[in-house]
Amino acid sequence: MLAIDVEKLQKSFRVQKNREGLGGALKDLLRREYTEVEAVKQISFQIPQGEICGYIGENGAGKSTTIKMLTGILVPTSGKVEVGGYVPFKEREKFVKNIGVVFGQRSQLWWDIGVIESFHLLRKVYRVPENDFRKRLDELVERLQLGELLNRPVRKLSLGQRMRCELVASLLHNPAILFLDEPTIGLDILVKTEIRDFLMGLNKEYGTTILLTTHDLQDIEALCSRVIMLDDGSIIYDGSLEKLKSNWSKGREIQFQFAHPVKKEQMDSWTEGLNVQWRPENDLTAKMWLPHSVNVSEALSRVVGAAEIRDIKIFETNTDEIVREIYQSEKVSS
Amino acid sequence: MNNAYLDIIRIRFLTMLAYRVNYYSGIVIYAINIGAYYFLWQAIYGDQPTLGGFTVAQMTTYVAVSWMSRAFYFNNLDREIANEIRDGSVAIQFIRPYSYLLVKMMQGLGEGLFRLLLFMVPGMVVVCLIFPVTLPTSPQTWLIYFVMLVFSFLINTQINMLTGLFAFYVENNEGMMRMKRVMVDLFSGVIIPVSFFPGWLEAIMKWLPFQAITYLPSSVFTGRTEGGMALQVLGLQVLWFAVLLLPILWIWRKARHRLFVQGG
Repeated sequence: MLAIDVEKLQKSFRVQKNREGLGGALKDLLRREYTEVEAVKQISFQIPQGEICGYIGENGAGKSTTIKMLTGILVPTSGKVEVGGYVPFKEREKFVKNIGVVFGQRSQLWWDIGVIESFHLLRKVYRVPENDFRKRLDELVERLQLGELLNRPVRKLSLGQRMRCELVASLLHNPAILFLDEPTIGLDILVKTEIRDFLMGLNKEYGTTILLTTHDLQDIEALCSRVIMLDDGSIIYDGSLEKLKSNWSKGREIQFQFAHPVKKEQMDSWTEGLNVQWRPENDLTAKMWLPHSVNVSEALSRVVGAAEIRDIKIFETNTDEIVREIYQSEKVSS
Repeated sequence: MNNAYLDIIRIRFLTMLAYRVNYYSGIVIYAINIGAYYFLWQAIYGDQPTLGGFTVAQMTTYVAVSWMSRAFYFNNLDREIANEIRDGSVAIQFIRPYSYLLVKMMQGLGEGLFRLLLFMVPGMVVVCLIFPVTLPTSPQTWLIYFVMLVFSFLINTQINMLTGLFAFYVENNEGMMRMKRVMVDLFSGVIIPVSFFPGWLEAIMKWLPFQAITYLPSSVFTGRTEGGMALQVLGLQVLWFAVLLLPILWIWRKARHRLFVQGG
């Protein structure tokens, strides 16, 4: 069954134009001018149950707008959207019982009261039976190590602590689909890892479908079997991260550590005829960049035959770099 | 009813309790207001026995009761709603299986109950000791008054919601909120009883919901409106409550389609 089914989904906003100067302001007072902004343009995708899908794109690409339509916050201008068998903006109250949402940039806990009070209120809001709630809360608290935080008011939590609490808050009613809008924004690497592991476990154990937007591609690498990339309101890539990488990375890098100092000229001479580039880092280490067209074993064997080598490391092109390149070149054929 | 709403009342009540300085300063401000208006009216009456159909004693009671009921029905829901719309946090409310407006109303009620119990009741005792206030003796009057007070709260809250929801349509509805505040205080009769208005304005007031917030219930409480007339006043409040529901629901429905979440 499909968890999320989106077809030709579109959202346009009418944005007020502010004309310049005093004259402009006076004109605005009498007659407003608007510009139509298409935030999301006719996107289609399907996400089956139990999948973790990354939703990436530059700032302003339309990621958050999509998430807001999928969660029933925004009403689409046109197109079809179905999440967990519901049309989100209709039957909103029934629909949202089935989903969990975390916005990295907005807290959904009550600011003035203790964390545990927030959780109890959510239990009542979602009408979770007391027993289920206890079990679930204990499990979540243990996994995310919230123990001593429960009695503090939300405003006294650090960002990392708050984020973990937000996750618990979004999961207390055991939703089938979880939406995460930049869940790791501003967090340190420790908390990030913890949250990634937690989400992975959640997906494995309960088959929770997860859709997350992020700017941190390591989130995607750690979690997602699938990536949807958005640019200027349109989907420009939809597929596995592996394929994205192999389509887009132009080559790889191999780092050598030599036993004896080697000069750049020597290195170049070893690999003559191969289309590779050497970049010495110091006397004993150097990096060789080779495009996909060059056979790795051939390049390696030439170097290994010519010099005494202490260590070899192979670097795949960094996903960040790939994505940066895609963003810069705008259009891709997927 | 979903007891999540009851919890929301309780939480707001406790939150109010946490901000104690606000509470104490509130008592002082209300005491000063009542005192100021008491002496002002004393001066205005001079030797005259009645003005605008009020005796001095009735006026004193009217002033005290009006301010005290204001403590219950007054809330800042307009500002809260407008802020939540402007900073985009209203979006969060849509992912919860409850009605946002009802939640807001319950928060207002939590605030109102807090002031009723910890503010209005002790305040009334103090006021009765200082000023010559005469409270009604018939339990019926008290009963109907409390029912009316609930409707005062509802109508005022509805007006606040309408004002707050305008933030969906205009970028800044600060001016509107201020205007509303002055209008409610003036036209509801907290500052001057509606019967003191010039005839034409009094006639207009009859067609507006404001007098149903303070003037009419306070008139019943001070004994100027009695018996069947009192029930008629209650009926009018119910009518306004029902009438005001329509534009709120209409705006709310429209707003869902207009919702433009600020800050992406």
